[in-house]
Amino acid sequence: MFIIPKEKEVPLGCITPAPVTEQTMMITGNWREYRPVIDQEKCNLCMNCIVYCPDACWQLNEAEDEVVWNAKYCKGCLICVNECTTEALSKAYELDFEDGVVRLEKPF
Amino acid sequence: MAVAVKTQNLPLIKKIRNIPREEYYVPGHRTCAGCGPALQYKLVAKAAGPNTIFLGPTGCMYVANASYLCTPYRVPWMHTQITNGGAVASGVEAAYQVLIRKGKREGELPNVIVMAGDGGSVDIGLQAMSAMMYRNHDALFVCYDNEAYANTGIQTSPTTPYGANTTFTPPGPAIPEGKKLFPKDPPQLVIGGHPAVKYVATASVAYPVDLMNKVRKALNVQGPTFLHIHAPCPKGWKFNESKTVEIAKLAIQTGMWILYEWENGEYKYQHKPREYKPVREYMKLQGRFAHLQEAHIAKMQAFVDAKLKAPGIPVAVPAPPPRAQA
Repeated sequence: MFIIPKEKEVPLGCITPAPVTEQTMMITGNWREYRPVIDQEKCNLCMNCIVYCPDACWQLNEAEDEVVWNAKYCKGCLICVNECTTEALSKAYELDFEDGVVRLEKPF
Repeated sequence: MAVAVKTQNLPLIKKIRNIPREEYYVPGHRTCAGCGPALQYKLVAKAAGPNTIFLGPTGCMYVANASYLCTPYRVPWMHTQITNGGAVASGVEAAYQVLIRKGKREGELPNVIVMAGDGGSVDIGLQAMSAMMYRNHDALFVCYDNEAYANTGIQTSPTTPYGANTTFTPPGPAIPEGKKLFPKDPPQLVIGGHPAVKYVATASVAYPVDLMNKVRKALNVQGPTFLHIHAPCPKGWKFNESKTVEIAKLAIQTGMWILYEWENGEYKYQHKPREYKPVREYMKLQGRFAHLQEAHIAKMQAFVDAKLKAPGIPVAVPAPPPRAQA
């Protein structure tokens, strides 16, 4: 899982590994009932979805100049849909998608 | 004795587009969907940057984030008991001062940030917070206010507003309004009793640029600082989780929450509405106020009106009177 050098060994639980970009041990994508769907034509990059997402699931792709959604962790709170200034975001029922409701191999 | 002096000057953010891209509070945590405290944690961590140590007194932001072996913090973080967030911050800061004085550590003094809930800062953790402010430690104390002890099942706390329905203040035939007491005012508590404090501010998740600038200003100041952040809780306040930011905005528009900063004895106000909306508009969206009768809402309106004219908070431009009850 993770390796601690022998000389720095401490009782398990005292020190936990820090994540870098995401915490893969707590995947929350299967919580949601509805998912936000973006219409890139209408999006004017106002950044509201990026700033207001509590789970940091919207990120700006600087190269493509568009916002990218993170399906793995989005809990489906839909704050982004509520705060979108241009109505580029809309909600869609999760089961309507082929990859809808992410089933985890191992439940928590 | 050489004392480590902060030389950092975190630049202020002008526009929402200039908010830094790096996340220090990464996705993959167990908070509820639409969590206001998680949103403010993300923004505070973004504003503070990599040279930061977070201290987490027991509360939602410890219990729901730090499940065994999986924490979402990219920067160093340590759990403290709910009573002693301020005391541990004092110790961490003093230890770094000594390491820098003895030449065992190069570079800047880290930003020590205590991320305490309303219980961990002005109820159970009040003595440690007060002692940290009194002893002039260079740390930032953030009180994220979701107005209840939310992780144990929405019990009342000293900042729970009048009339809220919580597990400890259920409305019934004897007490129809639920909570009978009016809440504490944490920033005034800190300003009034701690001469060492240089910077105190209130912020809200509805205005993220304002929030991040206040965090950066507080971290640039040498000495103890205090931030009181309004963070709506969809589960505890009983509203739809997509309305977290909307509720936070309404709190400011109705005068339930006032955005100000206090620096060197002077008050400055931000995002003050031209005309205040009646508090009814804020309360009708929340299930915790659903049982209130007209008399109770009038009492709440009177409390908010008095707060907007309070002599303790000098108002540069007098606040316009709230609109009459419809």
